[in-house]
Amino acid sequence: MTALALDNVTARFGDTPVLGPLSLALKTGERVALVGKSGAGKSTLLSLLYDEARETGVYMPQDLGLVETLSVFHNVFMGRLDQHSIWYNLANLIHPMKRPTQDIHSILETLSLADKIREPAGELSGGQRQRTAVGRALYQQGRILLADEPVSALDEPQAHRVMQALVGRFETAIIALHDVDLALQYTDRVVGIRDGLIALDEPSNRLSPADLQPLY
Amino acid sequence: MLASRTARTSLLFVAVALVCLVFADIAVTTQNPWAELRRLMGGFLTPDFTAVDDLGTAFLRTLSYAFTGVALGAVAGFFLSLVFSSRLVRTFCAFIRAIHEIFWALIFMQAFGIHPLSGVLAIAIPFAGIFAKVYSEIIEESDPLSARVLPWRTGRLARYCFTRIPEAWPHLRTYTAYRLECGLRSSAVLGFIGLPTIGFYLESAFSQGYYSQVGALLILFYLLIATMRFWLRPRLIPLYVLGAPFFLGDGLPIMWGNVTRFFTQDIVPRPLREGEGWEGLQPWLMDILTTEALPGIWNTLILTQIALVATGILALLAFPLISPHFFGPKRRAGGHLLLVIARSTPEYMLAYILLQLWGPSMLPAVVALALHNGGIIGHLVGRMSGEIPMRPNAPVGINRYAYEVVPRVYPPFLAFLFYRWEIIMRETAILGILGITTLGFYVEGAIQEIRLDRAMVLILITALLNIGVDILSRRIRAYLRLKTRPTCEA
Repeated sequence: MTALALDNVTARFGDTPVLGPLSLALKTGERVALVGKSGAGKSTLLSLLYDEARETGVYMPQDLGLVETLSVFHNVFMGRLDQHSIWYNLANLIHPMKRPTQDIHSILETLSLADKIREPAGELSGGQRQRTAVGRALYQQGRILLADEPVSALDEPQAHRVMQALVGRFETAIIALHDVDLALQYTDRVVGIRDGLIALDEPSNRLSPADLQPLY
Repeated sequence: MLASRTARTSLLFVAVALVCLVFADIAVTTQNPWAELRRLMGGFLTPDFTAVDDLGTAFLRTLSYAFTGVALGAVAGFFLSLVFSSRLVRTFCAFIRAIHEIFWALIFMQAFGIHPLSGVLAIAIPFAGIFAKVYSEIIEESDPLSARVLPWRTGRLARYCFTRIPEAWPHLRTYTAYRLECGLRSSAVLGFIGLPTIGFYLESAFSQGYYSQVGALLILFYLLIATMRFWLRPRLIPLYVLGAPFFLGDGLPIMWGNVTRFFTQDIVPRPLREGEGWEGLQPWLMDILTTEALPGIWNTLILTQIALVATGILALLAFPLISPHFFGPKRRAGGHLLLVIARSTPEYMLAYILLQLWGPSMLPAVVALALHNGGIIGHLVGRMSGEIPMRPNAPVGINRYAYEVVPRVYPPFLAFLFYRWEIIMRETAILGILGITTLGFYVEGAIQEIRLDRAMVLILITALLNIGVDILSRRIRAYLRLKTRPTCEA
């Protein structure tokens, strides 16, 4: 079953074309890695995909979209603003309640971030900020993950832990990754982007790191 | 260089101001202005703090009016900013902020009498209009990405409260604190028209020639504003805001009969009240227009244009005083002190003092407006000039001023100046209450004759004039491609 599809789309920045025309379909239960040089058009493609999948999609852009003045708790809590009444949301904005605090605390524990739950996002390191955004994505109710370089600021063991958490939570996902090994290890299919076009589209188990070299 | 847009526009404004000077009434009419000035300076040197009872009450009332008024204005302005995309709301806000606090106070004092409600509403209403505009501009500028990543079905209010507002929060807070300083000045000035704030005590001390008391009041007022960052702590603000309403004083009891009469009879144009209908209205309006509005508008415009250019010249001369490219830290401290005094003294207070010294003419008004506004712009430009990197072999002195610094700070300087154009005009109209024949003079006259319907028409005309200048200023800034952060506006 098709979870998400783009048909013959293009994107331009001013007069310069940056993407397409290209078509891409994602099946339910499929995990796709987007690979390619920076500037190839991966972020634009993810953003367009999210426009298609806003109702079921969980989006984690490269710039994370954190609210710097709010705590880690609040930034993660935001993933479920659609699940509660406005009063419940506002009450939690003023004072976090017990239930969401427990839920979010346990998510942050898997990300080794539990001790930062009360800190403003603006005061965290790059890696901590990235894990906060991952926390928000994990907490959010949605079926399809659209993540743009979710582990780029993390060291290797942490990157693996986060990738495991993400693929454990989302069975359908499309993730832009510049780390070829992570791409091959955690996804079923690799889509390579070059100059705004799809240059490669193969199952991961048929690829080796060397096959991806021409894309860079 | 003289052919550039900014230079041509500047020269045009200078030329207009020179022509205005020909028509302006500029003179020193007192017998011995220097003796008056000497007595005032003497008052500063021998301040008399012994009238402590009065002083305490004056400051308590000034603070309570300011806190209550600004807090109400901020809350109302915040809610208005949520719906600021509506044209109706934008026009409404432009209208209520085009009317000066003192005009609002004059209106409310006719209805409620000398009651705290008059003063608090007079501050809250125009401030709400300003807050609505600036809050919406600040929130508009925050990063939209965090709102985009929220779950799709998140409601509007939750979206707002969790992303746009927290992101804009630091700027909102800085701006609100800055407006509180403006609120303190407004509150102090309300005393000049009879409310129990500092202005009231200042006027009575002045009129009785108690210069030592004047000195004490002014020194304390400067201290209050200069030390704001010590006592205005974020944690203490809720305390101040909740406490302020209890220190407003009782005032005179409100006569509800007066309130009803004010809204249903007093402000209704006389021909309508007396059943003459629309036919009677036309000659009535023509009469106001020819005998009061037109001379008032003419003088307001002349004074505004002269004051605008004088402000600009003063700011350009003053900013090096606090710029690290010209003076060392010690001299800069002196410059800061001068500019703080210039910008913390409300125009109205300065104009009042200068009128006592020099006698009635446009001169005290021009100098007062230029000192206050020039102080503000000089401060902003000076601070900005400090951020200019200077090459080690750059020229020094006047060459550095003319070749390195002024060309770089001129565009933002003009932006600040055009931002303040409308504010200068609002203030010019008000100075009429002191006897200079701008629009405020005729408003005050109509109120004294208890012809409130006429006063309302004149206030309405003043508001429209301000809105007109605001639009013109925005056009000119767009034409010159000038940009500034909204926090520098007022």
